[in-house]
Amino acid sequence: MWAAVLRGLTLVSRIQLKAISKSFPGVRALDEVDFDAAAGEIHALLGENGAGKSTLIKIMTGALQSNSGEIYLDGKPVTITSPADARRQGVNAVYQEVNLVPTMSVVANLTLGKQPRRFGFVDWSAAKEFARNRLKRLSLDINVDRMLGSYPIAIQQLVAIARALDDDTRVLVLDEPTASLDTAETKMLFSILRELKAQGLAIIFITHFLDQVFEISDCITVLRNGKAVGTVRTSKTDLHGVITLMIGRDLGQTKKRKYNTHSNKDVPMLIAKGLGRRRTIAPFDLELRKAEVLGLSGLLGSGRTETAKLVFGAIKHDSGTLMYNGQQMSGNSPRQSLRLGIAFCPEERKAEGIFAELSVRENIIIGLQMKRGWLNLLSQSEQERLSNEMVKALSIATPDIEKPIGQLSGGNQQKVVLARSLVSKPSVMILDEPTRGIDVGAHAEIINLIRKLCEDGMALLVASSEIPELVEFSDRVMVLRDRKIVGELVGSQITREKIVQTIAGGN
Amino acid sequence: MRAIFSHRAIWPVLALALILIVDGIIAPSFFAIRIVEGRAFGNLIDILYRAVPTGIVALGMAVVIGTKGIDLSVGAIISICGAVIAWRIHAGDPHVVILLLALATGLLCGLWNGFLVAILDIQPIIATLILMVSGRGIGLMINLLYGGTDPSFESALLQGLSVGHIWLVPTRLVLAAGIFLGLWLLMRKTALGMFTEAVGGNAAAADLAGINSRLIKYSAYLISGFCAAAAGVILTADTHTSDPVSVGMYIELDAILAVVIGGGSLSGGRIYLGMTLLGTLVIQTLTTSILTSGLPPEYNLVVKAFVVLVVLLLQSNNARGLLFAVVGERKK
Repeated sequence: MWAAVLRGLTLVSRIQLKAISKSFPGVRALDEVDFDAAAGEIHALLGENGAGKSTLIKIMTGALQSNSGEIYLDGKPVTITSPADARRQGVNAVYQEVNLVPTMSVVANLTLGKQPRRFGFVDWSAAKEFARNRLKRLSLDINVDRMLGSYPIAIQQLVAIARALDDDTRVLVLDEPTASLDTAETKMLFSILRELKAQGLAIIFITHFLDQVFEISDCITVLRNGKAVGTVRTSKTDLHGVITLMIGRDLGQTKKRKYNTHSNKDVPMLIAKGLGRRRTIAPFDLELRKAEVLGLSGLLGSGRTETAKLVFGAIKHDSGTLMYNGQQMSGNSPRQSLRLGIAFCPEERKAEGIFAELSVRENIIIGLQMKRGWLNLLSQSEQERLSNEMVKALSIATPDIEKPIGQLSGGNQQKVVLARSLVSKPSVMILDEPTRGIDVGAHAEIINLIRKLCEDGMALLVASSEIPELVEFSDRVMVLRDRKIVGELVGSQITREKIVQTIAGGN
Repeated sequence: MRAIFSHRAIWPVLALALILIVDGIIAPSFFAIRIVEGRAFGNLIDILYRAVPTGIVALGMAVVIGTKGIDLSVGAIISICGAVIAWRIHAGDPHVVILLLALATGLLCGLWNGFLVAILDIQPIIATLILMVSGRGIGLMINLLYGGTDPSFESALLQGLSVGHIWLVPTRLVLAAGIFLGLWLLMRKTALGMFTEAVGGNAAAADLAGINSRLIKYSAYLISGFCAAAAGVILTADTHTSDPVSVGMYIELDAILAVVIGGGSLSGGRIYLGMTLLGTLVIQTLTTSILTSGLPPEYNLVVKAFVVLVVLLLQSNNARGLLFAVVGERKK
């Protein structure tokens, strides 16, 4: 009966967030965000990495507390103090990584922490009954005694949703539920989502697959840099409109600048022909010349990072060839690339860039030391001279070069990682998101540095999610969509509008 | 003052000082050193003397722990080396060759551990557990090679290295100093130490920085195997017999403890060789003190565990903060 009533009232707001703000040390993650999901609505939440999506979800599900702002459930103001509290109030979430236990049976997973008991022992027949009922709601008929891990990911995902759905669930948050599903599995999930929606749930759907957003969602909210920049009905917008919201406006005046566009006579430093890897990135051709900045643009998940890593050799390619300075290289080993003079700064600074316990000095010189070999240690004074030089050149804010790098701010850590590459004087530099998670000042400095290195003759390949920044420093931009290179813009063609158009493609 | 208290050596040094002060109060004669027949005797000498095998093993362990690994097989390696020594002496090999053979055996064991960890990517605790379990059995099997009836032996060279002395100084102290110096040069005067710490601190970043992390991990287990073998020579020559079942029993635990007391973290990324020796001294001083204090031997292990716990708590910033907060609260 409830379902019928609710279907009539589809615009009743189920969960409403008003002026939610959240700060972490040094970062304002959410800035007065309003969000409103109605009963019987699938509401897509979009934004690039670091836009604030996960912070917002965490606040909804009680994993984080907001600094200010209000949450309403079915019109009543509530406070949500913990994930368990959120569940009690009917807000449930399924996260990207299926957080179930693959080595346990489906029944055990569905009843974990709330097993029906008899005489103090788990009542397995009641548990099975409970599990079957849960799965029935998703029209899923599987053997609940089998190990969860023996089922395909799609089924595991559905079991995770079944676990999240209590009888009184009002809001269901799905974080990238289709990330590891194929087309057929996605279809199956979507038909179930439509059923749940008909039952009156508000479903909040986070994804980076924009085509899926248009297929399933009723409403779209876009976050950028911690602000909700727009909420639109899906039927009233198109791909171009959504992308424009996601990447934002121009920084204002577009400065006239010189582009280092080259005639075809220049011999490229780096030539990739048909370079690719199955299920990672479609084969592509790429040429990188001396004294130019080649930008890689595309939305989250389009294959920017993969392209950069494939060229550097951090991801092994399984097709195509790579030439450097007219010489064939295997292109499958970071060590070889570095020895030849190709440097790489990874996107995930903490996970792949810094050695947190080591000092700033050690973090800077370790790249050069690798090239010299372990036997040929740089003298202490030489290490200090080089490090101090870099600290000065990049204005790295650190009391002294012996401080462990883990204690510096993000922007300064990023500069140290750049310094590590620069100190070994590379001729090609590959940068993946060089300005991720750093403050405005450091941001400008790094962009200036990229231009300066280019003018000094270096070839740079820069992958970035920030289109304004690509417009600012690139001489050429290659655009990716769905793990394919779909277009190239040269010189004065590089505008935000053009890039957005290319990303959106013919749609 | 602040600089002193923030130095990482402060807590182990304080612990050591405290134990020695307590010793001095219980028995003022604790610090006496006598010279008999051209050798120095006394509790302090005894502590250094007995700390040598654990200290050498702990140095190798510090390098392995620096790579975010662990080597549980060091006791078993000592056992195998002892068996090899007794076997080859019975076979009549020159003793210099036997010494080299024993060290090579340690390297071979390190080669095996390194293969499992660095090449097959087996978790270090499991990989080295294999040799830890099988090693003492291998030792017994080697004893069988010559019938196994009389595993004792005499060797002027090996016993000289173990229980001999150069002027007043026990030879094994000189050996330990030599190994420490050699390892320190290897770690700090080549880039091996920096690379090892990089691999232990962040293996993904090390790979992207072009460091051959497999090779670095491999070298750590080789070093640990070599150090265990050196300790094996000293321990075996001390009793001049091959006793695979009990020689170096639980030495891996004392070695790991020494590294941790010395400030090394099991999550890898830092190697403190000098501090590791300091950690070994804390453990050995404690053991010797309990034995000489007249406390019933039944209490030995429990008291040791308690003091170790206190030292570790003092080193932990969290625990110290908590303690100071509680004390501060009281003062108010």
